[in-house]
Formats: sequence, C-alpha cells, structure tokens
Amino acid sequence: MSPSVRLQEMIRVIRGARTQGEERGVIQRECAAIRAQFRQADNGTRSHNLAKLLYVHMLGYPAHFGQMECVRLIASPRYNEKRVGYLGAMMLLDEKQDASLLITNSIKNDLSHSSQYVQSLALCTLGCMGSAEMCRDLAPEIDRLLRASNSYIKKKAALCAVHIVRKVPELGELFTPASRSLLSEKNHGVLHGAVVLITELCERNPETLEQFRKAVPELVQIMKGLVMSGYSPEHNVAGISDPFLQVRILRLLRILGRNNETASDAVNDLLAQVATNTDSSKTAGSAVLYETVLTVMDIKSESGLRVLAVNILGRFLLNNDRNIRYISMTSLQKIVQTDHNAVQRHRGTIVDCLKDQDASVKRRALELSLALVSAVNIRSLMKELLLFLSSCPPELRAHTTSGIFNAAERYAPSQRWHIDTILHVLTTAGGDVRDETVPNLIQLITTATELHCYTVHKLYRALIADISVQSLVQVACWCIGEYGDLLLRGECEETEPVQVAEDDVLDALETVLQSHMSSPATRGFALTATMKLSTRITHNVDRIRSIVSIYGSCIDVELQQRAVEYNALFKKYDHMRAAVLERMPVIDKSSPGHTNGESAGGSIKEMEPTKRTQEVALPQEPANQVCDLLDLLGGSGEPPQPSPALSTTALGPVSSTAGGDLLDLLGGLDVTPVPPSVIVYEKNGVTLKLQTDRQTDTGMTITLTATNSTDREITSLTLQAAVPKSVQLQMKAPSGDVIPAHGLGQVTQTVLLNNPNKVSLKMRVRVCYTSQDFVCQDTVQIDSFPSPAW
Amino acid sequence: MLFIYPSLCPTVRPTMPQVPEISMALLPFINNYTHLQCKMRFLLLFSRQGKLRLQKWFTPIPEREKKKITRDMTTMVLARKPRSCNFLHWKDLKIVYKRYASLYFCCGLDAEENELLALEMLHRYVELLDKYFGNVCELDIIFNFEKAYFILDEFLLGGEVQETSKLVVARSVEASDMLQETMEEYMSKPAF
Repeated sequence: MSPSVRLQEMIRVIRGARTQGEERGVIQRECAAIRAQFRQADNGTRSHNLAKLLYVHMLGYPAHFGQMECVRLIASPRYNEKRVGYLGAMMLLDEKQDASLLITNSIKNDLSHSSQYVQSLALCTLGCMGSAEMCRDLAPEIDRLLRASNSYIKKKAALCAVHIVRKVPELGELFTPASRSLLSEKNHGVLHGAVVLITELCERNPETLEQFRKAVPELVQIMKGLVMSGYSPEHNVAGISDPFLQVRILRLLRILGRNNETASDAVNDLLAQVATNTDSSKTAGSAVLYETVLTVMDIKSESGLRVLAVNILGRFLLNNDRNIRYISMTSLQKIVQTDHNAVQRHRGTIVDCLKDQDASVKRRALELSLALVSAVNIRSLMKELLLFLSSCPPELRAHTTSGIFNAAERYAPSQRWHIDTILHVLTTAGGDVRDETVPNLIQLITTATELHCYTVHKLYRALIADISVQSLVQVACWCIGEYGDLLLRGECEETEPVQVAEDDVLDALETVLQSHMSSPATRGFALTATMKLSTRITHNVDRIRSIVSIYGSCIDVELQQRAVEYNALFKKYDHMRAAVLERMPVIDKSSPGHTNGESAGGSIKEMEPTKRTQEVALPQEPANQVCDLLDLLGGSGEPPQPSPALSTTALGPVSSTAGGDLLDLLGGLDVTPVPPSVIVYEKNGVTLKLQTDRQTDTGMTITLTATNSTDREITSLTLQAAVPKSVQLQMKAPSGDVIPAHGLGQVTQTVLLNNPNKVSLKMRVRVCYTSQDFVCQDTVQIDSFPSPAW
Repeated sequence: MLFIYPSLCPTVRPTMPQVPEISMALLPFINNYTHLQCKMRFLLLFSRQGKLRLQKWFTPIPEREKKKITRDMTTMVLARKPRSCNFLHWKDLKIVYKRYASLYFCCGLDAEENELLALEMLHRYVELLDKYFGNVCELDIIFNFEKAYFILDEFLLGGEVQETSKLVVARSVEASDMLQETMEEYMSKPAF
C-alpha cells in the first residue's frame, strides 16, 4: 500500500469510528505506531508519519512527542520532509517550547538555500512562531533578504521583518533603510509587505514616523495609480484594483497624517478622489471607502471632506447589506461626539435600524441613538426608544433602560413627561432596571409637588393591573402610602380620576403583601404604605390595625419587626402616630446614584462599577436606621442622634426614622446629616445662623454661620458670646472676619458649651462688623436652641 | 401565619445558554500579549457540527487557551441566525466569520482592523482553495489538510496578506508541489 494512502486511510478510519471511545482507540493505536516509527532510523516514512500526527493533533489529542521529529525533519535535505517539518513546527512548537530554539540553525541555513521555496518555508515559519531570541539571531539575514532577492522572497522577508519588529521593537531601526527603498517596487506583493512594514515601524517609533512623512507624496502617487488605473486582471476584485493594497496604503497615510498639517494637506485631494471614484456596490469597494472614511476622520482634513465622509457613512446606512450598515454605525459612534450635527442628519435612518432583525445591528443602533439624544429631539427619539424597549432582545434591555433613564434625566422637557417616561419603562421592562431606579423615581416624584395627584392615580391604576414588576410595585406602594389622601379624594386635574374607596386601596396593598410574587423589600414597602394610610383615611383604621398585628408574627424578620413597631405605634405611642406618619418633605437630590448621569452613550462596562458601589452602599443604611428605630421605641425618650434629619421640628429626626421604607429609599441617596439650624440675627443684609450639634450628655457644639447678601463685603466681623454662670463656654477661632458680598461666602465660628448642671440654656451673642463704612454692633439673645432642650 | 417566599422575582431569562457577546473579563493571555499587536490573532475553519478542520494561530498561546477559544468561537458562531451580520464582538477582539457551504471560516482581529477587508480576505482564501482543488468541498480539506495549510502559508504570513494576486499564489503552490513531486520521483517514494 503506498504511504500516501495510509494517511488518508487513517483519516477515513478515524472518521468511521462510531463512538468517541472507538475513535480514541484508533488514535491510540496509530500514535503508538507513529512513536515506534519515530524511534527507528530514517526509512522514508517520517514525513507521512508526522502528517498523521498533525491530523491527530487537530482533532485535539496530545502530540508533543512529535516536536523532536519536527526538528529532525526540518534539518533534512529533502524538500518534502522539510515542508512537513516546518508545518509541524508551526503547529506544535511555539516559543514556549524549548525545542523551538533547536530549529534556529536550520532556519538560518535554509534562509540562504538555493531554492526559493525552501527559503520561503523558513521565512514563513520564522514569521509565524519566531521567538525573540530567534528573531534577534536572524534579523540580519532578513535584512539581507529584504535588499537583495527576488520579489517572491522580498515580500515574505518584509512580513517576517514585521513579526521581528513586533517581537523585538528595537530591531526596527535595522529595517528602516531597506523598507524605504522597497516603496519603489512595482510588484504588488512586495509593495504590500513594504507598506505593512513601514506602518509597523511608524507605529512604534515617532522618529521613524517623522522620517516616513517624506514618503507621503510617493504613497499618494501609488494610490492614485491604483485608483485611476484601468482594469488589471491580476489584482482586480469586483472592479477595485487590489483593495488589500489600497486599504493598507490608506491606513499608512492615516498614521502619517495624524496631527500633522502638511501631510494631511497632501492627501486631501487623494482622499476626495478615492471617495468619489470607488464603486461601493460590492464588499471590496466598501472596504476601501470605509478605510477612506476612517482616514478622513482621523487626520486634519478640511471640513468639506469631513462632510463627504459622514455622507458616505450615511449612504452606508441605507445599504441593503447588513454588514455595511453595522460598520457604518460603528464609525458613526466614534465620531458622534466630534461631528455631532453631521451625524444628527442621519438620525432617522439610525432609528430605523433599531427595527433591524440582526442583534448586532440593533445593539449598534441603540448605542448610537442614545448618543444622539439632545434637548431638541428628546420627545420623538424617546418614543422610538420606548417602542424599541417593548420588542428588544433580553440582553439589551438593561442597557436600554439605563440609557433611557440617563437621557430622560438630562433632557426631560417637563417633570410630568419625565415621570411618565419612567413609569412607561417600568411597566415595559421593570425587571431589567437598576436598583437605584426606585429611590430615584421616588425622589423625582416628591419634587414634582403639583403632580402628586396625577402620579398617585397613575400608579394606582398600574398597581391594580399588574403586581409582578417589583420596582413598579414598590414605587406605587410608596406613593399610595404617601399620597393616599389625594387618591381617595377622587379629583384630579391632569388625568381621569379613579373613584376608589378606602377598602379598594387597602385591598390592593394587601394583595401585594400576600402575593408570592412580591419580594421581601416590596412587602416592606406595602406594609409601611398600609401603616401610613392609617392617618390618611378615616373609616378603616381598624382594618389597618388588624393587618399590622397579623404581620407581627410573620416569618420574615424585617416585616415582623416593622409590624411589631407599627403595632406599638398604635398602642403605646398613638399620640405620636400622626406626626410620625405625616407627609415627607421634598427629598434632597445629592445622591451618588446620580453618577449614572454620564454620557448617555456609555457602554455597559462603565455602568457596572457604579452599580456595584451602590449595592455595597445600600446594606449599611438600613442597619443604621433600624438602630434608630430601636432607639425610638427603646423607651429612653431620648431622640436619636441627628442622622438623616430633614426638618427642623423637634420630631424631625423621628419622622424620618419611623418609616423603614423611607430609609431603604434613602439608602440609595446620600443624605448628609444636617444638624438643625435657626436664624438668630438678620439685619443690614447680614444673616447669622446658629446650628447645634449635641455630642454628649452635657456638651454641645454650636456653629455660628454669618452670610452677607449686600453688594459690598462686610469686614471686621467679630462675635462674642455670653452664657449663664454654670455653663462653660469655649470659643474657637473664627474662619475669618470678612464676609464676601452677594452671599458668595460665609464666616463660621464654633462655640463649645458644657452644661454639667443641666440648667436651662440661654446665650447672648454680640455681633460687631463694618458694613459700607459704618460700624454696627448688635446684641442677640437666644433663649431656645433648635435641638431638644435639656 | 407562614409565608412562602418566592426564590426570585420573575424576570425574563434568555432561553439559550450563550457565550455572551460582550464579556467583561479579559482573558489574561490577551493582556500578556498586547505588546505583540498582531492584527489577526487566529483563523479557524470548522464544520456545522463544530469539528475543527483547520487552525492557524498568529500569537503564541498555551494549548488549553487555544482549545477554549476554539470552543467559544464555535459556540458563538454556530448560534448565529442565517441572515445575521458577519461581525461579532468577543472580549476585545472583532470576530469576522463567513459560512461557505458546510464550513465556517472565522478569524479574530484586533479592534482597529477593517472588518470588510477581513471578509474579502476570507473570500480570497476560499477562492484559492477552490482553484487548487477544483470545486472545493469540506472533504477535500479534511483529507488534504496539509495542502490547505500550504496554500494558506502562501497567502498569509504572520497574520498579514503576503500576496494580493491570486495567480501568483496559485503558481507558487503549484511550483512547490512540483518540487515535492520531483523529489518524490527522485526518491521513488510518495510524500504521504
């Protein structure tokens, strides 16, 4: 049987194996035979054995024992053995294997072989798997071949040099002279290799880049020749003469023209020529046009050319070929920041691409649409985005929702529109929104005070329709709890009001509480909302009482705790209930959650880190508030430390700690603890504020803040304070004595008080300052301090 | 009262387990070898059943990584719908693939590469195979895999196109074959 059939016979047998086990068996036998053959002396079958081994290797089986055989075969004088040996080297040896060094000498010899095909084998192998040491060893040889050989070898040597430069960048200098002269070659293969080599050299070494800028005219000539030449059968691809070479030259021109006026000027004409003369009906032409567009956008081209480039991309958008639509959107994405208006012109087409079948195209269209959102087009574009959301593939939903929220936040034309949009998103894709959406939306709702009625009606309708979307249900519960009285009143300007009875509302909340679809957090919202309604409804308070008491034995600890505490609020602390559950003030928008108001086109990669920090921040807050809650009901009668306290009333701190859900909500917001402050003096445009901060049982820190609303600054400000005898006073140094005008700055001074006898605290403050050349002096008596008195 | 809590909120899940198109984690090897800046990282040919028919790697990668990448490529590309776009994103690479009859030609490129040109390149390789084998089909490549490699090595070198003329590549391969045959005749032994 002739040996060549044996390889193919083996392949046939392996393919004929019916099971994995059978195949393994065949291969093991063959490998054993091959190993045995390798150990024998040369019998002329070595090359075909190695070929068999390479096939086995491709199937995924180990073949490392063939490495030495490769080395041996490469050293053989026979061409057929060399051929397989080199192939084996490229497949089995890489620079990590020690055996690879052993072939260096063979390669060196073969580089000077009399047959160009042997030389070619050596060059190919070196260019594919040459290690850094091999490259250093053989670089001079390659340089020699670059200069003096036929075009067949030159083109390979050029690409081999590219590999060497990638491995050992310092050797780039060695090849620079030779590569320059290669540009005058006529052979396309050599020219292509030369252009690739020069590109590589220029990318790595700025000095070389400078040098090669002088070659720009030559490159322009070559390019012109390709574009304007007639039909050349050898290099023609769909009417384009050698698109591979054209693209590489354009890329080199891009690198040379970047940040350089002269070079960019020199290629302006050429680029315009290429852009207009290239037929883009087939992929080859489109590839050249694409590269042209990229080049135009990257160098300092004139504006007319840039517009031309964007128009080409716009034309690509209308192309039937999906690939071309895809890459046009990729390019538009890159330039949307710099050439925003030009891209805006194609917005319609881009938005149409949202409806494309292909997932990659959809993704690109989405990112580009989000980047194109502006104050002008927000309404129409949002309609399209919401339409897209209802039918978009699952993997894009999260990205779409965050993009929509960002865009809405930046460009919302009205609060009602903003709220409507967010609600729409929640109803369509509530499962894919980020965690901060709930607190953000609640914060937004509280600020839109005129829309409370409208919002609660809308949310109520949504709630009774569907309780599966947790984010929506949470917001709805919160709103109903907060604005339930508006809902029950049954009148609303903005929308058709629902005629709903108290029972219906409580039914809705109870459904949420009992549903197996509700998450524990949602249940918490619902329970608190139910509780809040106890002050907002009139007839069914008993029902609320019973609900709350039932949940006092709930298996979920969080719910149980809330229920128990609300129960206590009904029984022992009923006098406080109204104050505790009163309407919340507008929430301050100073949250870290608003870092997601970055560029709307931000990719998912950017969103992820902020999301994670949010998730880390959240668990800490509830713990604090739970402690505060315990303080409240701990019976000490001592109000908790001013943690999130948002109002200046005595019960300020308490009201914000009572509702656990408020604090969950605030967990997403970073509410800086603001100690209560009061204005004690206001005259001549000077305002003096007093802030208290109780540190210990008897000690208190008072901060006096002076601001100035007049046109001229106030100078020589001094503050003096006097307190009752038993109180100890210590005044710290003021921050300054000049208050800038127009409220642009302030002066603060800290006063430390110690009241060991706990007498009733009074303080007299004398204020002296110079305002508009008049010296003023005033005394203020402070009898009551903003924090609960001792 | 006992409440039974659901394990999860109902969310929409993708039905097919897929290799995600955009992956957050970067394979370490890509970071280790970025200095290489090789424009084309690999070229793979595989069948509709996911069997590998040809693999050419232009960067040094450990064997295990090669297998993993091949698996990822196969899964990703075979999952694509018939009339989809030929371009994908995978980690920080662009993947360009095209199906010719029962074979998928798939290459992995650096992020700055021209995908349309890569498509042309794949097409050119198919044309070269076709010219050599005459109406090439998958079986030709299975039984003559070493020839497919030889042709590839005349067309690409180090991940770059070395010859843009079909004629010249065809002639070179012919001449090499001739040299081999001559040697074989001389030795009176066939090569394989």
